[in-house]
Amino acid sequence: MTSATDGEHEYRLELEGITKIYPSVIANENVSLKVKKGEIHAVLGENGAGKSTLMKMIYGVAKPDAGQMKWEGQLVNVENPAHARSLGIGMVFQHFSLFETLNVVENVALALPGNPDLRQLAGQITEVSNRYGLPVDPQRLVHALSVGERQRVEIIRCLLLNPRLLIMDEPTSVLTPQAVRKLFDTLRQLADEGCSILYISHKLDEIQELCHVATVLRDGKVTGDCIPSEETPKSMASLMIGKELPVPEHNAPTSLGDVRLQLNRLSKKSDDPFGTDLQDIELEVRSGEIVGIAGVSGNGQQELLYALSGEELVDDAQAVVICGKASGRDLPDQRRRNGMGFVPEERLGRGAVPRMSLTENALLTAHHKGMLKNGMIQFRLISEFARKCIDNFNVKCGGEEHAANSLSGGNLQKFIMGREILLAPRMLVVAQPTWGVDVGAAAFIRQELIDLRNEGTAILVISEELEELFEISDRIAVIANGRLSPSKKLADTNIDEIGVWMSGMWDQAQPAPEATTNA
Amino acid sequence: MLRLERRPEASQTMSYVSPLIAIVLMLVGGLVLFAALGKNPLEGFKVFFVNPISDLYGVSELLLKATPLMLCAVGLAIGFRANVWNIGAEGQLIVGAIAASAVALHFYGSEGGAHVLILMVVAGCIGGMLWAAIPAFLKTYFNTNEILVSLMLVYVAQLLVSWLVHGPMMDPDGFNFPQSRLFEDSALLPILLEDTRLNIAFTFALGALVVGYIFMFRSFAGFQMQVAGFAANAARYAGFSAKRMVWIGLMSGGAMAGLAGMSEVAGPMGQITEHVSNNYGFAAIIVAFVARLNPVGIFFASLLMALLYLGGEQAQQYLNLPSSISNVFQGMLLMFLLGSDVFINYRLRWKEARA
Repeated sequence: MTSATDGEHEYRLELEGITKIYPSVIANENVSLKVKKGEIHAVLGENGAGKSTLMKMIYGVAKPDAGQMKWEGQLVNVENPAHARSLGIGMVFQHFSLFETLNVVENVALALPGNPDLRQLAGQITEVSNRYGLPVDPQRLVHALSVGERQRVEIIRCLLLNPRLLIMDEPTSVLTPQAVRKLFDTLRQLADEGCSILYISHKLDEIQELCHVATVLRDGKVTGDCIPSEETPKSMASLMIGKELPVPEHNAPTSLGDVRLQLNRLSKKSDDPFGTDLQDIELEVRSGEIVGIAGVSGNGQQELLYALSGEELVDDAQAVVICGKASGRDLPDQRRRNGMGFVPEERLGRGAVPRMSLTENALLTAHHKGMLKNGMIQFRLISEFARKCIDNFNVKCGGEEHAANSLSGGNLQKFIMGREILLAPRMLVVAQPTWGVDVGAAAFIRQELIDLRNEGTAILVISEELEELFEISDRIAVIANGRLSPSKKLADTNIDEIGVWMSGMWDQAQPAPEATTNA
Repeated sequence: MLRLERRPEASQTMSYVSPLIAIVLMLVGGLVLFAALGKNPLEGFKVFFVNPISDLYGVSELLLKATPLMLCAVGLAIGFRANVWNIGAEGQLIVGAIAASAVALHFYGSEGGAHVLILMVVAGCIGGMLWAAIPAFLKTYFNTNEILVSLMLVYVAQLLVSWLVHGPMMDPDGFNFPQSRLFEDSALLPILLEDTRLNIAFTFALGALVVGYIFMFRSFAGFQMQVAGFAANAARYAGFSAKRMVWIGLMSGGAMAGLAGMSEVAGPMGQITEHVSNNYGFAAIIVAFVARLNPVGIFFASLLMALLYLGGEQAQQYLNLPSSISNVFQGMLLMFLLGSDVFINYRLRWKEARA
């Protein structure tokens, strides 16, 4: 990282008029961007604004249709990622590309040119990890690492190539607040040594804290450049979404009603060898409240969701009680009859069938609401129901006969949310309600959840976005390593405490860890 | 430079045009094939595709051959829509034929009556279902692959029928030929058109297509099967039982194939022999795919496939070609279909090479 000798050109990277057109969408239109040496440069934009496409072009994964790229003053045409790495560009992807069955050294060796000596490489890894505060054991198998540790491996892998530009794609979405701070320290140290960093995110507070300069993208176009420390989150949000950020109204819960969901020492071994086993989970959700479950991804959220929805059955029927009925051994449609609704985190392929029309997708879970007659589908009723979902929940689409995969992520989420809410569940479980959804739709969805709570529905939200949970929950609990913490009223806790709990350490703070979850 | 580019949305039009392209390419391929074999291509085309259906008798033979294809294909399509891959309709057809023959031979020499045929129909269906139940059971309890199990059971069924016609079912007065007695009239399906071999099994096939259509597009069970085929996780999320779909898929295929076997022994054959099936069970797989798993398409695709069978026989007689030429045509049809199906999800674009 001896960047001082790189030559005297002021800018490390210059993009001019970059345009990329995909068959159905213009991903980038006339984008220009300049990154100085040692600068942490944010690329800010909503999902689908074209940030990832732009980075892929810099890294040689995709090719621009027009425009030019200069690297340290020289016009370059990046052929492929290997070419990019040889120039000195490194990238840490949002979805990691590590082999789970290999150890850390082997994974790093695979990305390096030639045939490196593994023992020597292990030494180098330790050296780099000490220097930048990225502790990781070179001999450990990747599947045994936490998500944060895996990210460190990816970063170390980039750093070993002495990059002069490091691209980070949404790096904090999988980290606890404490781990985020550590990552920022590392990035600042890198920048001080002269490495430029392109930091992609839609989280305004992080960008304000970390980045020197920000370029804002909307619909594939640059809508502005700014210096984050001189802006407010509000002003940056309006650059990003073109209007002011709506904030949902959240009044205190009026009165709590009967228990709608009760988990009694729910334990389940995961079928997946790399999955998480659920251990003695205890939880109560009552009518008229929203309970949030926070946690770093991969700590048992998937397993808990499957056990709640009935996609995986639990041996002990009493472990999952829905509206007073022991439901642990019921299939999902029986659980819906018992009063539960469920919005999964994957929309295409789980919450909806991509190739089927919205009408048919409404039938997926609405069939037990009188949509059948002698086993035959009542198409008129079901398309009326689908149209109601579309109208009531502002789903932008061509009509109820259009396929689910023709909708944007946010609109499909509104449709699925609408379908489950219109089925009038007494208990609603929602996973990642606004994951990958644009800011406007996210605010709408959160408001719908709060309104539903006010009407007396019990709601359980499992999310990896802490800010979201703090915005809508009445109580919050944390899942870590397959165990669930006691819950706390929102007023009695804060992001820092929940952050500590996210690494599984609530027992230390809690004098009576065996105490059952309070209601 | 030509290149394939992914379409933003799968083309609905192309999914129906693609089988037509495949048929045209198969015909063109046939012309080339005739020419390569030293025959006049147009003459060959006429013998193969026109002569078989140039009179009423020819048409009746076409419908007769199409009957088992329609039955097998509609039964298979119900399972295929849920990704239940029953490749063993051939074996299920044979076992259905065996069961129906056992009924016919049991009542041989008795008074006879309508009950004989009815029992044969029931026995045929149950025979096919029993044979299909083996892969269904192994799949649902041990998670075995139904493709392999159902396919291997075809060969077991072929050996079973061979043993039966060499032993227990052999015609005692038949000079040791490996075949059963000729069935009595009470065990033969009534003829639909005088002076032809076309029997009422054809109306069974039409009925099966109508029932299949209603099941697939109007019933909730058919909807569940389609969801499972498109997105298994969505079916699980909705709470549809995967085991039930395996059973429905394999049972419908088995019952229809068994009925097709019954209609062969009680129809044009009038007895059971080692060669009870003419590869109908395998050809029906091609029919189902050319038809896009749609009963309306199955009707037309079965007629086309039947024409290939008849054309092969004609080519043998008049062009001196081996009858296996119809297998070559079937193979070309499937290959061209798979090839042109690429264009459902992709399109060709002319792209200038960039510097």
